[in-house]
Amino acid sequence: MTFVLTEDQEMLRDTAVSFTRDELPVKHLRGLRDSGKNGVDTDARNQLAELGFFGVLIPEEYDGVGMGMVALGQVMEAQGRTLASTPLLQTACIGASAILLGGTEAQKKEWLPKIASGEVTTALALDETSHHNPTGVATEAERDGQGYTLNGAKKYVQDGHHADVFIVVARTFGEPGDTHGLTLFLVPRDAKGLTVQALKTVDSHGAAHLTLEGVHVDDSHVLGAPDKGNDLLEPVLDRGRIALSAEMLGSSLAAFEMTHEYLQTRKQFGQLIGSFQALQHRAAKMFTEIELTTSCVAAALSAVDEQKNDIAELASLAKARASETVHLVSNDTVQLHGGIGMTDDHDSGFYMKRARVQEALLGSASFHRDRYARLNDF
Amino acid sequence: MAYDTPTDLDAFRTEVREWLEENCPPSMRTPMTEDEVVWGGRREKFKNPDSKVWLQRMGEKGWTAPTWPKEYGGGGLTREQAKVLEQEMARIKARPPLFSFGLWMFGPALIEFGNEEQKKRFLPDIVMGKTRWCQGYSEPGAGSDLAGLQTKCEDKGDHYLINGQKVWTSYANEADWIFCLVRTDTSKKHEGISFILFDMESEGVETRPIKLISGSSPFCETFFTDVKVPKDQLVGEVNGGWKIAKRLLQHERSSISAGGFGSTRGSGMLGPDEYAKIHVGTDKDGKVLDGDLRGRIADHMMYAKAFNLTVKRSGEQAKAGQEVGHTASIIKYAAAKMNQDKFELMIEALGTEGLGWEGEGFDKGAKMATRGWLRSKGNSIEGGTSEINLNVVAKRVLGLREHQ
Repeated sequence: MTFVLTEDQEMLRDTAVSFTRDELPVKHLRGLRDSGKNGVDTDARNQLAELGFFGVLIPEEYDGVGMGMVALGQVMEAQGRTLASTPLLQTACIGASAILLGGTEAQKKEWLPKIASGEVTTALALDETSHHNPTGVATEAERDGQGYTLNGAKKYVQDGHHADVFIVVARTFGEPGDTHGLTLFLVPRDAKGLTVQALKTVDSHGAAHLTLEGVHVDDSHVLGAPDKGNDLLEPVLDRGRIALSAEMLGSSLAAFEMTHEYLQTRKQFGQLIGSFQALQHRAAKMFTEIELTTSCVAAALSAVDEQKNDIAELASLAKARASETVHLVSNDTVQLHGGIGMTDDHDSGFYMKRARVQEALLGSASFHRDRYARLNDF
Repeated sequence: MAYDTPTDLDAFRTEVREWLEENCPPSMRTPMTEDEVVWGGRREKFKNPDSKVWLQRMGEKGWTAPTWPKEYGGGGLTREQAKVLEQEMARIKARPPLFSFGLWMFGPALIEFGNEEQKKRFLPDIVMGKTRWCQGYSEPGAGSDLAGLQTKCEDKGDHYLINGQKVWTSYANEADWIFCLVRTDTSKKHEGISFILFDMESEGVETRPIKLISGSSPFCETFFTDVKVPKDQLVGEVNGGWKIAKRLLQHERSSISAGGFGSTRGSGMLGPDEYAKIHVGTDKDGKVLDGDLRGRIADHMMYAKAFNLTVKRSGEQAKAGQEVGHTASIIKYAAAKMNQDKFELMIEALGTEGLGWEGEGFDKGAKMATRGWLRSKGNSIEGGTSEINLNVVAKRVLGLREHQ
């Protein structure tokens, strides 16, 4: 396990931090919200592509930069800092991983260069209720000769309102709840029978509900082995959870820094409020949580690059800890800012709203505590 | 000898493995009960005779203090070699040959601040476990406000004369020598403190054990009445003891925290998850039946894992030459919370089985858990309270100002 970045990773980190700070600050997200763009920004997508961020996980032979998860984690942390609404988690991490780990050579050649160049974005369409539940899939895929016909509905698909291709998880066998019988399909946005309902979400990033009514897909669009989709889905989800945890760490750090700054400038009773011990201890506790979460995220990121056998455990650890940390820090950010923290003009609210979405995506702290206990045999 | 390359480390590993195989007695490769811990010193009885042999052999190699310089009896190993030794000992489940405040706290401070004569005089006996040291820091009126200590040390020309009282002196009644903070100047606070060493058998030293809520008495009240101390036993400068005291507290906090107040492994106690499986029961999938308790145990285990990863991260970053003070500052606070949570969950999972005190009718490990639970309440008080630790983080790390 490595906790120290290489020179290349440091450089990427610096690039990402200054890019999001200069080009995609919270003010930018506020602008997208106020102009009704629902988190979608084509210019930003092109800039991310030019910086090579979409291809961080993709090997050079497929036109990526092949730098790995630790590197991607640095970019995710940077975007978390400014709450930037980008397709990176769904496309650069989840989409790229799904095709890398489950795709045929033909699929890799077809999709990976397009992802790396920013030409195509993807979104994982998995959950069907308001809680993350990978095996609970009821959407059916029925054999229809040269392919499958899909029927069902997907809820709160991150990036669903603008993604070009969906990775739809459907059931080819068994009942909802069964681990066996899941299959992954690549479904283009313009597929006949696919309806995308754009959602206005609390974090201003947007999302979409999908309805699939008799959507036909060819065999060439099946990703991984039919019925054994869970074997592909689990490692892909874990990579997504780890990358999202890195993003959440970035959000926690930025909200904490903003609060820390406020404690050192705001005066009441003729004193800096940061000199009050009640607030000092809250700050020190937040700092402690962030330090502990930093270690979990770093360990999980490097476990993927080193192909360790405890990736699942570390992914749940990172996601649960990062969820609790961002929850605590975002709440305390509002409270410690007092009245100003309640106003829409201030950024506090943006951090708290985004935090709740980050917490819910890919499994809440509670989901991952349950999973961690299961992985630890109790 | 230079063991810098990986090949050399491999050679060193082979050497260590062979030596341990030959020299570590079989009974020293079994889990150790608390009464078999070797603290060394004049009063050490070596309940298991093999532990005397084991200490002697390890001490002669200098491997009780692997990284200390050879000239003071240490092993002279590099950090990497010391790690190999640690791994090889863990591999055969070898017991630590010696528990010692001399090794963990006083020795490292003396190496940094003592003069040559003091190092030659005191360090080798620590390595061999011949001298057991205790720490004279806290006083009845100086707990969290340690620098407010009042124990008086007067310069009487050819010796110092010490009068005063210490409290919470760990194992003072079993120690041979004490390293002690005393006041040599009453006109200043921090700059009036000196660091002095003396024999606990000196005339005028008296110790009284304090019985804790856990029933054990690991601490004493210690009284000094006209204790005469030779002048060459003062470490560093007169009135320059606070700097040494602070460094020593760092060693204390890191040694307290390194193992997270010690592990339950091999002690006869089980973890909260195991106790929950046994005493609460499981469903057909092996899940603990009480879902709420199960969730809280998982939360604790994640906290513990995060803590261990943080200790590791801090170590790796320090090795790479990065500043880690801010990470280290949270470790004592987190370790105390982690250990207290663990024992609370163990007691809760045990149910009434965790509410025995002594005698028959209760599982032996469960009784240890009960005592351990009570003892763990001290974790957030000793070596700097959790509140003081949070103050330190707020002021030194976050740079928040003092209230005016």
